Amino acid sequence: MEPNMKDIHSLRIENITKRFPGVLACDAISLEVKKGEIVALVGENGAGKTTLMNILMGLYHPDEGSIFINDERVHFRNPNDAFACGIGMVHQQYMLVPNMTVIENIALGYKQAWNPLKLNLAMVRERIEEVSKHYNLQVDPDAYIWQLSVGEQQRVELVKTLCLGARFLILDEPTSALTPQETDELILLLRRMSSELSIIFISHKLQEVKDLSSKVAILRHGRIVFQGNTIDHSSHDIAALMTGHEVRLPQNDAPACTMGPMLQLKNLRVKSDRGFLALDDLSLYVCKGEIVGLAGVSGNGQKELAEAINGLRKVESGQIIFDDIDIANFSPRQVIDAGMGYVPEERNVEGIVPSFSIKENLILKDVEEEQFSNRSFMKKRVIENNGEQLRKQFDIRSPNIDVAAGSLSGGNIQKVILAREIARNPKFLVAVYPTRGLDMGAAEFIHKQLLQKRNEGVGILLISEELEEITNLSDQVAVIFKGKIQKVIPASEASRRRLGILMAGVKDDEEI
Amino acid sequence: MTKRFRTGYKIGVIILAIITAMTFGALILIAIGADVFKTYIVILTEPLKNKIGVTEVLLRLVPLSIVALGITVAYRSGIINIGAEGQMAIGILTTTALALAFPALPSYILIPAALLAGALGGAVWGFVPGFLKAKLQVSELLSTVMLNYIAAQLYTFFLRGPMLDPAEITMGSGTPQSMRLSRNLDLTRFIKGTRIHTGLFIALALALFIYILLWKTSFGYKMRAAGASARAARYGGINVPKYLIISMVISGAFAGIAGGIEIAGVHRRAIEGVTSGYGFSGIVVALFGGLHPAGIVPAAFFFGLLIYGADMTQRLVGVPANMIQVLQGIIILTIVATKMVLANPYLMQRVEEKLFSASRRGKTEEVA
Amino acid sequence: MEFIVNIVSLGIPFSVALLIASLGEMFNQRAGVFNLGCEGLMAVGAFLGLLIPYLVGGGAEVPGIYNYIGIAVAMAGGALLGLLFGLVVVSFRAPQGIAGIGMQMFGVGVAGTLFRHFVGGTQSVIGIPKTPIPLLADIPILGELLFQHNPLVYVAFILVPVAWYVLFKTPWGLRVRAVGTNPRAADSIGIQVNRVRFQALMVGGAMAALAGAYLSLCQVKMFSDDIIAGRGFIAVALVYFGHWHPVKIMGGALLFTLAQSLQLAIQGLGIDFPYEFLVMLPYVLVIIVLSVSRNSQKMGPTALGKPFNREMRT
Repeated sequence: MEPNMKDIHSLRIENITKRFPGVLACDAISLEVKKGEIVALVGENGAGKTTLMNILMGLYHPDEGSIFINDERVHFRNPNDAFACGIGMVHQQYMLVPNMTVIENIALGYKQAWNPLKLNLAMVRERIEEVSKHYNLQVDPDAYIWQLSVGEQQRVELVKTLCLGARFLILDEPTSALTPQETDELILLLRRMSSELSIIFISHKLQEVKDLSSKVAILRHGRIVFQGNTIDHSSHDIAALMTGHEVRLPQNDAPACTMGPMLQLKNLRVKSDRGFLALDDLSLYVCKGEIVGLAGVSGNGQKELAEAINGLRKVESGQIIFDDIDIANFSPRQVIDAGMGYVPEERNVEGIVPSFSIKENLILKDVEEEQFSNRSFMKKRVIENNGEQLRKQFDIRSPNIDVAAGSLSGGNIQKVILAREIARNPKFLVAVYPTRGLDMGAAEFIHKQLLQKRNEGVGILLISEELEEITNLSDQVAVIFKGKIQKVIPASEASRRRLGILMAGVKDDEEI
Repeated sequence: MTKRFRTGYKIGVIILAIITAMTFGALILIAIGADVFKTYIVILTEPLKNKIGVTEVLLRLVPLSIVALGITVAYRSGIINIGAEGQMAIGILTTTALALAFPALPSYILIPAALLAGALGGAVWGFVPGFLKAKLQVSELLSTVMLNYIAAQLYTFFLRGPMLDPAEITMGSGTPQSMRLSRNLDLTRFIKGTRIHTGLFIALALALFIYILLWKTSFGYKMRAAGASARAARYGGINVPKYLIISMVISGAFAGIAGGIEIAGVHRRAIEGVTSGYGFSGIVVALFGGLHPAGIVPAAFFFGLLIYGADMTQRLVGVPANMIQVLQGIIILTIVATKMVLANPYLMQRVEEKLFSASRRGKTEEVA
Repeated sequence: MEFIVNIVSLGIPFSVALLIASLGEMFNQRAGVFNLGCEGLMAVGAFLGLLIPYLVGGGAEVPGIYNYIGIAVAMAGGALLGLLFGLVVVSFRAPQGIAGIGMQMFGVGVAGTLFRHFVGGTQSVIGIPKTPIPLLADIPILGELLFQHNPLVYVAFILVPVAWYVLFKTPWGLRVRAVGTNPRAADSIGIQVNRVRFQALMVGGAMAALAGAYLSLCQVKMFSDDIIAGRGFIAVALVYFGHWHPVKIMGGALLFTLAQSLQLAIQGLGIDFPYEFLVMLPYVLVIIVLSVSRNSQKMGPTALGKPFNREMRT
């Protein structure tokens, strides 16, 4: 397709339908965006937002329906066609090659600079300067991507799409990895850009939706259930429309920390994969029968903290006192035997063995134990009964317990993991992003389980990105920033604004 | 989608795969001007025409299945063992060494001891790449191949040197081989007039052993978990590096035993060319047998048939014996490609839609 | 001194096959695919390279052009096999390790089968003679070391800067590097990931075959079942060891051939050392090198070995 330099006055999709095996991702979706509008596409995880945008980007082909640009029907065979029409997308996971420079990454799409014998980087550099000046977006063309911060990388992505001629921007969860302050900057930038471009952005953060968009479209289970002007609706209205019912997550109302500390982290120093300190002299404690929620922008040491506690990462210095024993640098086996439970971040690849059956997964940590093995020979019937019982108790939806755990839905996989962890009667639970990507029903179930365990005296460290989940469930909220605990405050005093400031690294957090 | 369609689809894919493999083989055969049909017939049926033929196939089943069982243990634990050739060679050396050192021991002691020695030799040769992978993240694909070449040199060295048959020296012929080993080492040939020996029963027993080990014990569970998902296994408290090493030790030991059995049952002395590709053929057998003892034994029979049949094609149809390597390579490529096709639910759904949407449309038109 | 010059000038041609095969494999791996079947492709190249001159002259001297036609045929064969490998690991997304072994068996088998049928026995050819470069060959010491080799040796060493330029300065090289490091990013910007991988495999295949043809036409001047002797596998290891960079790979190739030259040197000096242990040396060296080489994947293709599937979540 020839590059089309005309303005996009209107982009319209009609009756777009897309099916995947077993899933109807998009169900007759129709939507229109006019020039200068900022439309927020809102919906829970799995509602179909990303799939719809990928169709707009030419990455997927719709099974039915059509796309119209300026009232002309267009057909995208691949992303090149979409670029040619002026559509550009900034994905949630940045599409950048880490060991190439900014200019090389942009050159990758800048076909005009492709002379078979030589890559014309000078031409690309000129274009970058042009765009940077026009939109006031500064980037260093010669920096390697791996050297840049998350916010800087996002700027590179924006410059990239603009260099490739985008007049219509799609942003997928643009603020998911930014601090509240970076978010505010981005919102200002996008508002400026909307005078020249149209923008669709996907978000499930209702505050952003209110701050930025002019129109809002709500997706549920692949269908548009509502479209309208943003100013006419409150966040609560939008939330209710998103989930289809009045949202009332279980609240933590009971008093806390009367029974003494269960887990004490003292002056922990832990290195990240890249070699620098992910945890920098971190100290925190969690009591028996208490939930401590750890809030923070992803990437500030949460992963390393969870792994260090569970023996999956080396502790350079410091102590982890669990029930009066220092378990720092214990092997995973020893930590498990000490009574620690762990619901990991990556449930699909870490929490279960995907090719093993449900019942096999339920005994992953205890296969050697007397209850399941008699002198190394596995007790088939006991394992079977155990599986059936846990399936009922935790409402794991599957045809039987012999299917591969990897074939289950996200929510059910999480239930398998939780079932296993809870059935072991741990003294303590580390739960990392436990309801990420799950629907409301599954999330509610998991929250109930966590609260129940807390009431039984189990200590819980809840690491999450969802501020609402943290404030609802926790007794205390700790904020982690650059590997240190900024502050620990009671849940009752944890407002979004206060947490946001702490998450951005500002220590002085008194309400102004 | 009905269960009937699913099964039919799977069978269809497998048949397509077999046809593709045979076609590729046919292409090569045509290139050398051989009679394709006749060649395949010879390979697949000629050996089975008489008692000797069948026992010769069984003879090859023994080392093939044992090596394949060892490779399965490694593969299921997450490590690909290409070093069976070398492990087998070292196993032969250690078996021969023991037999040369203690020729007077009675059979019921010498045979187990010698086979154990073979296992030990192979185990050491398997331990090295296992250790390197577990502790130093060295790719086993490369380390095992290098060790094959090193083992081959060691083998030649010993056979030309310390283990050389004294008779060869006096006669001056210098064929690299050891002397005829103690008769107490011989595995009984139990069918008169044929070469098939009691090693066959050892092979079958080992198959049973592996089945129980991998699927009925907690030890096997941990190995399989480590192979299926190293990360989840580690999370679950399983010491993945330890099981990696153990699986390579077992794998090497099995290859070593296979070597020892070949010496004790077939050749009765250490000669060149004993391993003759069993190490690589073992990989194909393991894959073809679905990495499960129940599949490996029949697969070993099938490949024993192919290997013996290929020997005959040289005489009967003028096709070089190298053809067997061609077929094995094609079979591996076809198997891995087919596995991916079978594991693709999208494809199955698209095929169903294409095949049945036509008839569905027909039905709705009827109704309307 | 004379002795050292001899050893080095003998050693340099020894490194050619390894160098060319490694550079080809570098393109494969940079694009995210490793081809353990390199050994098989080299065998096929060795056979095809030798086939044409033999068919024309039957072992006697033939006009030079036929040698080069042989090389061209060999490279075409290699590219074809690279394509076939791509079908299995890129289109079908099969695991590259095992598929590579299958490819190796296939290649070695095909080469052996076809050789026995068309040529047979221990037939040798005259091959490509040495071509001293006019003025440069007369420089004392250096001339003998560097400029009195057959043309393919010069080609091999020129390939190093050429490969560097292609990989780092051309659009295709950029695409290859992107596809091997973050195929998702490349896909999202409109690059056809699988097509680039196929292209890389064909280039790699052609180069592996060229390396094999060098062995049969220039180095040993015949074909046998074990002519490749593991060089294909060593080439794959070398790319890893050379951090996917042409210059480091060249260094590695020279290092390994040094081990081989050492074997000749020790024998030449009349030291009584078991022959087999000397032959073992390069292989042992590979293992040592693999063990101590720190994994510096940061600058290398991080998507190596992983098939690309747009529909996959990761």
